[in-house]
Amino acid sequence: MTSAIQVQGLHKSFGRTVALDGLDLEVTTGEIHGFLGPNGAGKSTTLRILLGLLRSDGGDATLLGGDPWREVEALHRRLAYVPGDVALWPNLTGGEAIDVLARLRGGVDEKRRASMIERFDLDPTKKGRSYSKGNRQKVALVAALSSDVELLLLDEPTSGLDPLMEAVFREVVHEFREAGGTVLLSSHILSEVEQVCDRVSIIREGRNVESGTLTQLRRLSRTTVRATLAHPVGAAQVESLPGVADVTVSGDHVACTVGSDYLGRLLELLGAHGITALTSAPPTLEELFMEQYRRASAVAP
Amino acid sequence: MTTVAPAPSPTARPAPRAAGAGLTGTLSLLRLAARRDRVLVPVSAFGLAAFAALSAQATFALFPDLRSAQESMAPTLANPALVAMYGPISSLGIDSIATFKSVLLGGVFLALLAYVVVRRHTRTEEEAGRLELLGAGVVGRRATLAAAVLLGTAAVLLTVVLTVGWSIGVGLDPAGSVALGVCWLVIGLSWVGVTAVAAQLTSSTRGTAGWSLGALAVAFLVRAVGDTAAADSPARFLSWLSPLGWGVKVSAFGENRYWVAALGIALYAVLVAVAFSLLERRDLGAGVLPSRAGHDRSRIGTAGALTRRLARGTFVGWLVAYVVLGVVLGSIAGSVETFIDSPEVADMLRALGGEAGSVTDLYFSTELHFAAIGASALSIALVTRMYTEETTTRAEAVLATPVRRVAWALGHVAVAVVASALVLLVSATVAGLVHGADAGDVGGTVTRLAGAALSTLPAVWVALAVALLLYGALPRFTGLAWAALIVFLLLGEFGDLLDLPGWLVDLSPFTHLPALPGGTLTWMPLVALTAFAVAVGAAGLAALRRRDFG
Ligand SMILES: Nc1ncnc2c1ncn2[C@@H]1O[C@H](COP(=O)(O)OP(=O)(O)OP(=O)(O)O)[C@@H](O)[C@H]1O
Ligand SMILES: [Mg+2]
Repeated sequence: MTSAIQVQGLHKSFGRTVALDGLDLEVTTGEIHGFLGPNGAGKSTTLRILLGLLRSDGGDATLLGGDPWREVEALHRRLAYVPGDVALWPNLTGGEAIDVLARLRGGVDEKRRASMIERFDLDPTKKGRSYSKGNRQKVALVAALSSDVELLLLDEPTSGLDPLMEAVFREVVHEFREAGGTVLLSSHILSEVEQVCDRVSIIREGRNVESGTLTQLRRLSRTTVRATLAHPVGAAQVESLPGVADVTVSGDHVACTVGSDYLGRLLELLGAHGITALTSAPPTLEELFMEQYRRASAVAP
Repeated sequence: MTTVAPAPSPTARPAPRAAGAGLTGTLSLLRLAARRDRVLVPVSAFGLAAFAALSAQATFALFPDLRSAQESMAPTLANPALVAMYGPISSLGIDSIATFKSVLLGGVFLALLAYVVVRRHTRTEEEAGRLELLGAGVVGRRATLAAAVLLGTAAVLLTVVLTVGWSIGVGLDPAGSVALGVCWLVIGLSWVGVTAVAAQLTSSTRGTAGWSLGALAVAFLVRAVGDTAAADSPARFLSWLSPLGWGVKVSAFGENRYWVAALGIALYAVLVAVAFSLLERRDLGAGVLPSRAGHDRSRIGTAGALTRRLARGTFVGWLVAYVVLGVVLGSIAGSVETFIDSPEVADMLRALGGEAGSVTDLYFSTELHFAAIGASALSIALVTRMYTEETTTRAEAVLATPVRRVAWALGHVAVAVVASALVLLVSATVAGLVHGADAGDVGGTVTRLAGAALSTLPAVWVALAVALLLYGALPRFTGLAWAALIVFLLLGEFGDLLDLPGWLVDLSPFTHLPALPGGTLTWMPLVALTAFAVAVGAAGLAALRRRDFG
């Protein structure tokens, strides 16, 4: 497997603000990679370095096998970028902007252009200044998808899109991946990440906190288990199990949290006491991310 | 205009603390705006006051014994070339001569200040989307416009008060000084009103600039035609149709017509009222003039073509203005010679401008140098668009395609170089055609004037290169390019008068231009200016290449 993007120990400061502090990121060719982190974590900065707009202060970044700062011309032919807050030229129509950007990138794929405009339900004859926020976003998405590229760098591309258009976006990104493309998607919308991303990287304060598939990340988190038992169990007995915490026992009720790897042992114990009712709630994505965002660095359970 | 449904009552809009007039928050906005402009407004007001007072003081120093000009000077000062530029002299008193150049020019600068302040706090804010934030808070619908108008008005008043005080302080006639204040008040307030309306008409900052500055140019030309018309010509009335003409009609240090203030205040009141009523009829972010649907396809395929397309509107506007300028310059030229037949007068004109050649040549070379300063403004405007493109992140979209940063910048430079050369050349050619037809030598006149126009280009390039260097190396200070151009203009206009040291005056590239037509063409300064411009420009590009973008 080859890497479309490889970033190691990337540093970037703006005056006294440290935006990136030794960031690592690896995006495999052919995957949709979610790029997550709280506000100000350094996601946009990373993307702008990958675009050759910013110059890193240290570390390595390789994009499609090239140096993003030096090989702007060759690399940019093979990628498209959509920012989270699209600005259009007030006097050009959306259709004109789409053509200009796609042609600068090397050419318009007429069929894709027409189908994207239709699917995103975009009126391309309006002047840039008269588009709403979501429609400006659509113009940039259509422009990015109307040329033939291998990599999409998307920085919160769906901000302002209505749910219908978000669904279209997910479809389109999937198709792009099916056709062999690679996507780096920075996003705050967890349902979007959950539905489209193969792998995710979470960063915080300019450093990588965690990366892997969502299943892998879920395993790092704890499941809540509640049970009603035929024969009450002692709290100490439950607590003595590895990977179990937050135990409360009241009468025949027991509640606790457990690391995914230790769920089996816990159930064995509870089973021995005759389970009459059991609920187990895997962490929601929200809980998962909240935990990661808050943590300074990854701590294995 | 079609009938419009009764304006929605401002209280009908969600305003947390519904104040009847939709003016809630005006004061806090005003305070915020004043804070943002705490350098711009006082410095400009002080600069303008200094401009009037110090240049007058310098004139007194130049002619210590002169209480009034000799009769022989009258024709010089009535020379249409000067009248077109500075307005007619109000009297032959020393005070009039001492303020001859600063009355109208200062008024125009004040109009520019009023325009900048009002536009900054209406359209620019709205375009940047900040207004929506403000609008959603405890701010009434009319508060932003009200705050902008108040701040613009305050800026004008501050300038006027400082100027009157300082003028009296340096020994100008008090009554005349007050009249000078009235003149500036009329012009300044008019442009507060004009800009307030312009900001409602269009839906972009650039559109507002076009309407407001276009109105200023038209007002200037209308009064130039009116002021230079023959005494019995009905065209003289034109001056009364222009707020700049009113300023001139105040006749500071001459007849001191204070009552003209009423015209200015009335226009101001009407325009502000119109602006507020337009505000009621439009949506936030939109203009009253609708923005039309356009083509859905474009054939633009290079960054250079995109830059040219984006510059088109500005260029066409300037081209029209410069064609008109050429017509005005060419038609006035015929009468220059008849006004000035005494050698002393010619000497005097020489002292004000060029160095040799016929009086008509002197006239043309002086005016072409002014036109070159204007063309420099165009080239700065076009080159500094890069900064606007960068801060709005539109440039980012282009630079995320295989377009190299330096190539993108060179595209802007090329557009600026070609556009400024073209407007100058066209203006000189038109002037040559008009004057040549009068003088009976079309071919020769056109060639001489076109050549003279071309000889000013190296100075234009220096101004452009300064802007490019600022943008490349210190993007946040790109706006200083305008300050540099104004300094160049003032050094050329007032350097001699204020007896500034030669090295200081020489900082302006325009002082190194040969006085063409008529003078001798020396290549050295032109080559040196060009080489300097290339070096400075290259340094700017090199800095741009290395720095963070956006
Ligand atoms: N041009 C700049 N000048 C100064 N500081 C900057 C600049 N750009 C980014 N920063 C700072 O760098 C840090 C990282 O910003 P960045 O925009 O990369 O965050 P982000 O992860 O994209 O956040 P968000 O989710 O809000 O988009 C922030 O602290 C930000 O304030
Ligand atoms: Mg961001």
